[in-house]
Amino acid sequence: MRRFLIAATLCLAQPAFGQDYAEESLPDVNQETQAVALMDTLRCVVCQGQPISGSNADLARDMRRLVRERIAAGESPETVRAWLVSRYGQWVSLKPEVNELTAPLWLIPLIALGGAGLLYSRRFKRKKK
Amino acid sequence: MKRSWVFWLPVAVTIAMFATFLVALVRPSDRTIESQLVGHALPAFEAPAAMPDQPGTNSRDYADGKPRLLNVFASWCGPCVAEIPVLLQLQAMGVEINGVAIHDKPEDLSRFFAENGNPYARVGLDQGGRAQIAFGSAGVPETFIIDGKGRVVGQHIGVITEADIPDILAKLKGS
Amino acid sequence: MPQRMLAEFGMAALWVAAALALLQFALGVAVLRQNRDDLARTIAPLAVAQAVLCGLAFLVLMVLFLRSDMSVLLVATNSHSEKPWLYKFAGTWGNHEGSMLLWVSILGVAGATIALFERALRADTKIATLTVQAAIALGFYVFLLFASNPFARIAGVTEGQGLNPLLQDPGLAFHPPTLYIGYVGMSAAFSFAIGALITRDVTPSFARAMRPWILGAWIFLTIGITAGSYWAYYELGWGGWWFWDPVENASLMPWLAATALFHSVTVLATRDALRTWTIMLSCVAFSMSMVGTFLVRSGILTSVHSFAVDPKRGIFILALLTIYIIGALVLFALRVGTISEGKRFEPVSREGLLVINNLLLSVILVVVMVGTLYPLALEAFTGQKISVGAPFFNATTGPLALALVAFMAVGPLLRWRHDEGRAVIRRLAVPLLVSALTMVAVYVFAGKASFLPAMGIVVAAGVAVASVAPLWKRNLARTPLFTWGMVIAHLGCAVSIAGMAADSAFMKEALVPMRIGDTRSIGDFRVTFEDVAQVPGPNYDALQATLRAETSNGDSMVLKPALHRFSTPAMVTNEAAIRTFWNGQLYVVLGDERPGNVWVVRMWWKPFVTLIWVGGIMIAGGGFLSLIGRVRRSAQSRKAKGLSAA
Repeated sequence: MRRFLIAATLCLAQPAFGQDYAEESLPDVNQETQAVALMDTLRCVVCQGQPISGSNADLARDMRRLVRERIAAGESPETVRAWLVSRYGQWVSLKPEVNELTAPLWLIPLIALGGAGLLYSRRFKRKKK
Repeated sequence: MKRSWVFWLPVAVTIAMFATFLVALVRPSDRTIESQLVGHALPAFEAPAAMPDQPGTNSRDYADGKPRLLNVFASWCGPCVAEIPVLLQLQAMGVEINGVAIHDKPEDLSRFFAENGNPYARVGLDQGGRAQIAFGSAGVPETFIIDGKGRVVGQHIGVITEADIPDILAKLKGS
Repeated sequence: MPQRMLAEFGMAALWVAAALALLQFALGVAVLRQNRDDLARTIAPLAVAQAVLCGLAFLVLMVLFLRSDMSVLLVATNSHSEKPWLYKFAGTWGNHEGSMLLWVSILGVAGATIALFERALRADTKIATLTVQAAIALGFYVFLLFASNPFARIAGVTEGQGLNPLLQDPGLAFHPPTLYIGYVGMSAAFSFAIGALITRDVTPSFARAMRPWILGAWIFLTIGITAGSYWAYYELGWGGWWFWDPVENASLMPWLAATALFHSVTVLATRDALRTWTIMLSCVAFSMSMVGTFLVRSGILTSVHSFAVDPKRGIFILALLTIYIIGALVLFALRVGTISEGKRFEPVSREGLLVINNLLLSVILVVVMVGTLYPLALEAFTGQKISVGAPFFNATTGPLALALVAFMAVGPLLRWRHDEGRAVIRRLAVPLLVSALTMVAVYVFAGKASFLPAMGIVVAAGVAVASVAPLWKRNLARTPLFTWGMVIAHLGCAVSIAGMAADSAFMKEALVPMRIGDTRSIGDFRVTFEDVAQVPGPNYDALQATLRAETSNGDSMVLKPALHRFSTPAMVTNEAAIRTFWNGQLYVVLGDERPGNVWVVRMWWKPFVTLIWVGGIMIAGGGFLSLIGRVRRSAQSRKAKGLSAA
């Protein structure tokens, strides 16, 4: 019994050949594309400077497996992102949400563009006087 | 146009930027990632038995009216060794501690417990980091304080030292 | 001089250089404020002497590193006696103190060059410029001498602590100095601008004197960014070439400002317009260079490349930045009324297009700055943590950049001051047609490609044609070098964007577990996993795989990706195997080992990805031709003037 338990847990810990999606493309090309695009925009909580797609940390590997498995099970990338955000906070997503906290982030580029437009039109309007 | 406020705009922007830098220098960015689960129910997880003579643990073990600690650890993690004596102390005070071992093997855990002692009531093996990610844990060791209703009431990131004992006991009692 | 005293000699040289900078500054102020023209002749020799002494101090530090003199604290903490000599050499600037010393040394050399070779500038503006240079250098001497002494000693150390294995790369060893030359070059441009502001000399001839400096700095920034991108691509081993990492952004911001600046300085030099704007951009470009250095060196950003430095030094540098940048901007705001209005032009004119170019570059700069600093500001003031990455930057800067290059293609086809809208459209007919045809082709052959990459290809095609249009019907042998430079640099932009878009739209990726003998296909290749073996390396153990790739027409090649395991510090690096073809790169990385002799192999087919860096080299090369052309032209005109005066 004891031996059986250990053997069983070992099997669970290290899935057999061809099933570890931490380092393996999904068979469905569209799903794989979605998964990779999502992994490129999730931040590794260990190395912090890299997305999980480019990190060698164990936890990043585990997250890649989780992302592929959930996408393969039919979840949408944004559902998976929201689930991870509900665990690690906004920090884990490299795609900032649009909310009151990030309003300046999204508004300042628009204001800058508007300001540039204003400068441009003023420059040439004055001339006509 | 020439004396327009527009020309003072770069000054204002630069002052705002430098003020940010100053605050960031004086109060360096906190690089620990806290779990968002504090205040919420412990999520579903399954960590099968790691040791032949000890049960594993899963999310159904926690809503039985008794507050506990859930310790995320690993036998390969150096700081976890330093934490064990304090966990043993807590155990002696009657605190029940369950362990979830990350990326671990039963034989390594046996050696780890033989060398350092075993403070856990239950020890489960996390499979592929699933439980760790479900907890919102970013590393080892981390400890979650769970109340009798199975809610996470606190998270301790890093090694628990003797100085942390009163705080942990208070959180367990208060829950 | 006994060798034991070498570090002390370096220290002494640094002190004397600092004293000379102080003298240069004080005499400069005396000349400018009290009209002491008798002192004017002393400024240039002082600038040269200061450069020589500072350069000497840097050479001393280099010798200490090459000798592995472990009695010097900096060497002991950043080097190792068994390192290859190249990394000992590069170790001189691979640390905080050494890099700051390199920074002032380059600044000194720039000052000496202005002192010795600058002839186009009005005499008083030249003195003002050298005075501003001395003021900047002085701040950094104080910083080196009081807050980060590179020559400090330590007793009882016999061996050094080594260097991060990821940084042991010949490309990376020369990356920081390249960027520093660019940053310091921007400081020269800044000194010119402030000098001209002080002496009220914002004129086309001043702009012509300043232009080579901006161009030179911009070339180095372009090379630095291109090389950094390629380094990340082959070294980090996951096929990406730009990550919008804060440290990358810190080098992109000065580049954007410098690009805007040298276009606006061209307008000032040739058409005497955009006077105030050019001066303000000089200040912005310099502050972006300084902020870039500060962000990288202060460690306040979380990045793959971050360096930890204690906050005291950070505050010291921040105080210096406050004095220089805010001081300069306030001076600008106060003096702006004294800059007389430049010449007028109409919206449909080359100047008009250059204004659009400048405004778009400025908006992109603001976007990159906000995206990089917003998480920092949010956490500093509210404690909330968010991340801003590629999705934000691509969505915002992508469309802006495409609009920018579209206008870039139009600009050179317009006349200065005023042009006819209808004639412009006629000149643009061919590029527009090419773009339209490309759009149809993209839609037919790659309907699935996402919007931004597809638009990238469409714009790149039209821009490529429009870029070479200025050479149309011209005698190529008599076309000035700087026109060639512009054409090549603009074409480089189109090439680079085509590479980025093609890679994003058509890249193929496969992550597959393989046993020895297994064959998988990627793109047009069939890749067979032949062997994996231990190979000893100099200071690591390598695990090297052998794969054979075969194309459909029977060509076959061997790829050897490897894992390098370093022991001190313990670290594993991926060494990708990359094969370049005319139409793309095959990129193979060895991944995890699984039980049963199974290896995960990551393979990418990256169509036309090399164009990204080819384009970068073309942009820098175009800048270089332009620089040569301008310098030669001004030397010729000086000679002509000299003859007529005689």
